[in-house]
Amino acid sequence: MVHERVMEKLAILADAAKYDVSCSSSGSKRENKDKGLGDAKGYGICHAYTEDGRCVSLLKILLTNHCIFDCAYCVSRKSNDIKRAAFTVQEVVDLTIGFYRRNYIEGLFLSSGIFDNPDYTMERLVRIAKKLRLEENFNGYIHLKAIPGASDELMKQAGIYADRLSVNVEMPTEQSLKLLAPDKNHIDVIKPMEYLKNEIVGHKEEKKLNYKAPIFAPAGQSTQMVIGATKESDLEILGMADYFYEKMNMKRVYYSGYVPISYDSRLPAIGTPVPIIRENRLYQADWLVRFYGFKVNEIVGLNQPNLDLDIDPKLGWALRNLNQFPVDVNTADLELIKRIPGIGYLSAKKIVAARQFKKLFPDDLKKLGIAYTRAKYFLAFATPFQLQRDLTSIQIKDQILNLQKSKYKNDFSNQLALF
Amino acid sequence: MIQVIYDGTFEGWLTAVFEIYEYKFEDVVFAKNEASATLLFSTHHHVMTDEEKANRVLSGIKKRLSAGGFSDFYKAFFSDLDEIEQIMFQFTKYALASPKNIEGDFSNSAVWDLRKATRLTRREAHRMEAFVRFKLTKDKLYYAIVEPDCNVLPVIENHFKKRYADQRWLIYDAKRKYGIYYDLENVSTIELQFNANSNSSKFLAEICDEQEEFYQNLWRCFFKSVNIESRKNMKLHMQHMPKRYWKNLTEKIPQI
Repeated sequence: MVHERVMEKLAILADAAKYDVSCSSSGSKRENKDKGLGDAKGYGICHAYTEDGRCVSLLKILLTNHCIFDCAYCVSRKSNDIKRAAFTVQEVVDLTIGFYRRNYIEGLFLSSGIFDNPDYTMERLVRIAKKLRLEENFNGYIHLKAIPGASDELMKQAGIYADRLSVNVEMPTEQSLKLLAPDKNHIDVIKPMEYLKNEIVGHKEEKKLNYKAPIFAPAGQSTQMVIGATKESDLEILGMADYFYEKMNMKRVYYSGYVPISYDSRLPAIGTPVPIIRENRLYQADWLVRFYGFKVNEIVGLNQPNLDLDIDPKLGWALRNLNQFPVDVNTADLELIKRIPGIGYLSAKKIVAARQFKKLFPDDLKKLGIAYTRAKYFLAFATPFQLQRDLTSIQIKDQILNLQKSKYKNDFSNQLALF
Repeated sequence: MIQVIYDGTFEGWLTAVFEIYEYKFEDVVFAKNEASATLLFSTHHHVMTDEEKANRVLSGIKKRLSAGGFSDFYKAFFSDLDEIEQIMFQFTKYALASPKNIEGDFSNSAVWDLRKATRLTRREAHRMEAFVRFKLTKDKLYYAIVEPDCNVLPVIENHFKKRYADQRWLIYDAKRKYGIYYDLENVSTIELQFNANSNSSKFLAEICDEQEEFYQNLWRCFFKSVNIESRKNMKLHMQHMPKRYWKNLTEKIPQI
């Protein structure tokens, strides 16, 4: 490698790739084989955290930031006056192996601007993955972008060598896409997703019948939506996410708060804060749907299309449905316990395990590590509940907000500061 | 009060438990190797590690726990908590006395304290799986120095053995002055003295592969480039990467 040039390329192409938020390295089933390098079985590992607090798990880079498209929300858009660079296939392979051997990363997340045409771009991505697998016997994690418009044959190869594939929908609705990326249609991203879904499902079936059948993208597919660049409500965003989970078998939908990078008048101006709280609330809602048994229409609805920013969506749901409470954790179903604010997925399971040994009291719950000060408003314990019984939703909300020391508190305080 | 003195190994502790039952000791405290000075007036009992006794206790415990439950129990031993022997002993007494599996009895303090210790080890082991930073030497050995809060090398050994099956590596615990070394076949425990000043440029130039510094700088460059300035959140950064680990993390050591 020519040292300085590679360093410069890495700076440019890592910077350009950082708005893709996926960093997951879990969920694959690829084991080390023939005493080769790497193992991508089981849980993910975050090897470092940047100063923005985000996890660094994969070498996340673009192959190139040259692009024929001019999508307004993208830093690599054709009309943007930035430094351009492109890695060679060998450079990406060397970087991945060099970083992996030093335990810096779990693997490679390779995306790219579209240069020339989709097949040409996709072919390069696939060639890198293939080289890593076949020539370097690399069994670490590989996440490839599936380039919309690339041939089925290339998509298929990508799935054979990669652990995860993703196509980013970027804009939650067709209207926004038309506004910001006039050259693109939603159908262009839906088609490859559908193709991947069918291949993933098909290969899984085949694998059941014949354990020697090849694995295809064992960590599934994911996608990403940019939040806050356009006018969509949380209802539209979560509805779209639900569609991806239900219809496309997505492993993950990522929400990326828009970081202003352009003076384009169609977009929030540079200097507008990143909608970090909203992004966080969307992830919480996403978790409620995937792990807590909530339906999207329980969290947002036509009468309330956006999530509360000052309280989390589970507390929001509970306050709107006080008639479902109090819940007695000593007798209630796991599903219901999971819905109590202040009790998480794991705590709910612990409660169900522990109550087989003795009746649980508030002190026991505190020991189990639940957020008791939050949960107590919703629990059917004889003594403390008597005290809470007649509180209204608004009173409970105020009390809880007073208890928590949110770093965002100042943003929500509706009281005037006196001094 | 009887002070039970054992050699600090898991087998030693198991033997100690056997003898506590054997001699019907009550009100015991554990000590590693030397008797603790604060308890000068208590009676001492020295335990000689005995494989047969250890195995009997071990199989008794295993019989009453699930496979996962036993693995958690074993991990707790490496938490390096001062009172870990006592925590494990309380748990063992409860497990042996109870007719059914007690792993889920979280409102019982013996179970809960053990769980906390297990989680401590597990978190630290996971951190080390993430924070080990290998450097390549001239004779193609990948070595890393760590200073974990818990004694996690025995816990992370298999992870690294599976993952780096085709390279020789050494992970050295500078706090506990021992390391684990993989020679392409097996992992063994070794004791050695490591140069304390191993991050100095002179030392690196002397012992490291010629590409090593370049890769370290590439990694620093990558780490800097993927940060999004407008989302800066140092509190979260520090929470995930506490400062005490920085001196062994390449990306947090300024370029030389």
